[in-house]
Amino acid sequence: MRGIVKRFPGVVASDGVNLGVRQGEIHCLLGENGAGKTTLMRILYGLYQPDSGEILLAGKPVKITSPSVALAHRIGMIHQHFRLVSTLSVEENVILGVNEGMGPFLRLGKTRKRIAAITDEYGLSVDPKAKVWQLSVGQQQRVEIIKALYREADILIMDEPTSVLTPQEVDQLFATLRTLVDDGLTIVFITHKLNEVMQVSDRVTVLRQGKLVATLPTSQTDKPSLARLMVGREVVFRLEKNPPQQGEKLLQVSRLHTLNDRGLPALRNVSFEVYGGEILSVAGVSGNGQTELAEVLTGLRKATSGRILLGGKDITNRSAREITDDGVAHVPAERIKMGTVSNMSVRENLILKDYRHPPFSRGIFLNYKKAEANARRAMAEYQIAAPSDSSAAKLLSGGNIQRMVLARELSGKPRLIVAVHPTYGLDVGATEQVRQVLLRQRERGAAILLISEDLEEVMALSDRILVMFSGRVMGILDAEEAEAGEIGLMMAGVQREGVRR
Amino acid sequence: MKKPSLFRVERRPTLPGHVVVLVSILAIFAALVAAGIFFQAYGISAVRAYQLIVKGALGSRLGLAETVRRAIPLLLCGVGLTIAFRALFWNIGAEGQLLLGAVAAAGVALFSGLPDVLLLPAMFIAGFLAGALWGLIPAVLKARLGINDVITTLMMNYIALYLVEWLIHGPWRGPTMRGFAYTDKFPSAATLPTISWTRIHWPTLLLGLAVAVLAYVLITRTRAGFEIRVVGENPEAARFAGISAFKTTLFVMIISGGLAGLAGVGEAAGIHRMLLGPTSISMGYGYTAIIVAWLARRNPLAVIVTSLLFGVIMSGGDVIRVSLGLPFQVINLFNGLILFFLIGSELLMHYKISFSFRRR
Repeated sequence: MRGIVKRFPGVVASDGVNLGVRQGEIHCLLGENGAGKTTLMRILYGLYQPDSGEILLAGKPVKITSPSVALAHRIGMIHQHFRLVSTLSVEENVILGVNEGMGPFLRLGKTRKRIAAITDEYGLSVDPKAKVWQLSVGQQQRVEIIKALYREADILIMDEPTSVLTPQEVDQLFATLRTLVDDGLTIVFITHKLNEVMQVSDRVTVLRQGKLVATLPTSQTDKPSLARLMVGREVVFRLEKNPPQQGEKLLQVSRLHTLNDRGLPALRNVSFEVYGGEILSVAGVSGNGQTELAEVLTGLRKATSGRILLGGKDITNRSAREITDDGVAHVPAERIKMGTVSNMSVRENLILKDYRHPPFSRGIFLNYKKAEANARRAMAEYQIAAPSDSSAAKLLSGGNIQRMVLARELSGKPRLIVAVHPTYGLDVGATEQVRQVLLRQRERGAAILLISEDLEEVMALSDRILVMFSGRVMGILDAEEAEAGEIGLMMAGVQREGVRR
Repeated sequence: MKKPSLFRVERRPTLPGHVVVLVSILAIFAALVAAGIFFQAYGISAVRAYQLIVKGALGSRLGLAETVRRAIPLLLCGVGLTIAFRALFWNIGAEGQLLLGAVAAAGVALFSGLPDVLLLPAMFIAGFLAGALWGLIPAVLKARLGINDVITTLMMNYIALYLVEWLIHGPWRGPTMRGFAYTDKFPSAATLPTISWTRIHWPTLLLGLAVAVLAYVLITRTRAGFEIRVVGENPEAARFAGISAFKTTLFVMIISGGLAGLAGVGEAAGIHRMLLGPTSISMGYGYTAIIVAWLARRNPLAVIVTSLLFGVIMSGGDVIRVSLGLPFQVINLFNGLILFFLIGSELLMHYKISFSFRRR
């Protein structure tokens, strides 16, 4: 791929990338979230068209205008979220979209023989008659691989294939990938986990903010240097920030355990404290328990064991409403899906948490005059650009939606603020403003738990940094002394020496 | 390279009120055209059929009175449904809830032995509670176990239907009815007054109008209404804000089922003055009310207008049935077509077509 440029509104997702992949290798694409890994591969698979640049296959320029063209060039992609029909059987999923039947009839006999040949050759054991919904995630992934092989893919793109797998399934996957490569296939493996790069790849390409940083043979590099490349060598920009005025201990979490949506452990023995007037950041690669932590703290998920004390009061497994009333604000990761009601007005969205209390509530009625005054004030204070306070929230831009969420969450002068990816996807101006707002709350004496995957943000804002990996606290560092490379390693599950657990 | 085209389809960012009204009217018009094709196929001039409907439903005092009395149960059921639909609870069971209201009314009228002055109020209260109970069962099933509300509310209709059949053939069959499957006539203190010679039982009509206004206030002005809208628009945000979807679902179904129950009381005490076959009590009001509520775009006040419109269709349908000798399913055909075009327009409404007349 030569000089690939792809722009999305407000961001250059791929900025003149030259990527060379050799036949018969496992090539890792490494980078943080938003570095442009997936975008680049979607261009190769024909899901996106590049704004400029060209793709060469075996030296010949090709135009990949759609996934079916990609398949014709023997390029297959396995998405992070599988594209399977859960009510159909494995073999039905495999032949879905492959036109080789006789007229309207399927040729299942022939299909079965070919599937059996593929599964035997690569040890991809899965019952071809099983319905997909009955399969584990690891087995479903195997179906995806069989699908790609059935379509005779030579180049296989895998987008963060391990993010949903158990460690054992990961080992099995890696073994399968090895046999595939030995058979002459080429695999492009997207990941942000350093361990996997070292374990599986022949060569690695590091992307950062849409730019290609380096392409190296894996044998000639190591984890610390990859972490540095991934996070960025340049000096981390620190915001103007007053020294911390550590107040009383506001949040104490001890030996917290919880499960994720699939019923697997998401938090294991998590303990930490947050003091008034400080920002404690939780750094980690997504899916290592941070979302679940925020949900348990705000009453949206039940803890299976452990205790959460807010200012000395036990709030473990209390309802979201009680916890809100106790002065906990939540800036959710899903600001549109969870934080706002798109079809309701800005005015109504701004009282979503507070509508039950005066002045917005009068007996069984809502006081819309007060809600309107509140909206006017909030829009001025947080510079929310909206046509009017009665226009639907869905008309607002991402930055303005986040301003609206912040205005609402911070209006009650909360004691604890749980902010999850508060600047994710925002433009520079909005990001700056959100960060300033959080710092102002810190000055006011609020305890802030900032969950972020953006290491730069973590370094710039926090007083202390807690690194999570696989539901565990890897360590808590003082932000003044912390180093990006070291945090990157801890995020990848490398235990820091001499850290208390 | 983009191909030049004569027009572009774009999504509307907002939906202005006049577009909704215009598109709704167009949908009804399209349904009338489609139904007209059926009339023509029957060898009947569509124009003449529509003339008859309008004249029959609106052109005479009798027709007008029939239109209004048909609109009464549609109004009560329709208002209830707007509330359930606001919370995204698909109550298809107003028909059964209405029947339960009629059953409760008959039970109180015939067997309670209450003093005359208390009889009618007790019937309305019992009818509301019975309808609410019928609505609560699917509500609990959905809120606790996640069972599909469309299916349960629909199936509850059949249970209600056979409950009524069983009562009038069995324990409640009237001894004075010479073997017909009716209950006895209600005592006169248990019947609703009507406007002079018409069949308009005005107390139920007034109740319906009051309920429409109250429901509007509930939805737009109260805390409960705010919660209903948040749950309906974005259940995740409701969870996030600590709004209980369970309580909200139960609440809307008490109202929705209860109002349908009131409609049943009105039909039993105002029209039939006894309990009789389920299809005679209701004639599909509970189903038609779904279209009434949908055409009103879930606005309880607009139900006053849309229920009257369907009153016209129902009473006009009676007229063409008699004078043109068409089967009575003709009304269902109408209703089906209107709902079909309305739901179709729901999606189309959000898009606009802009023409570009530049030619290359």
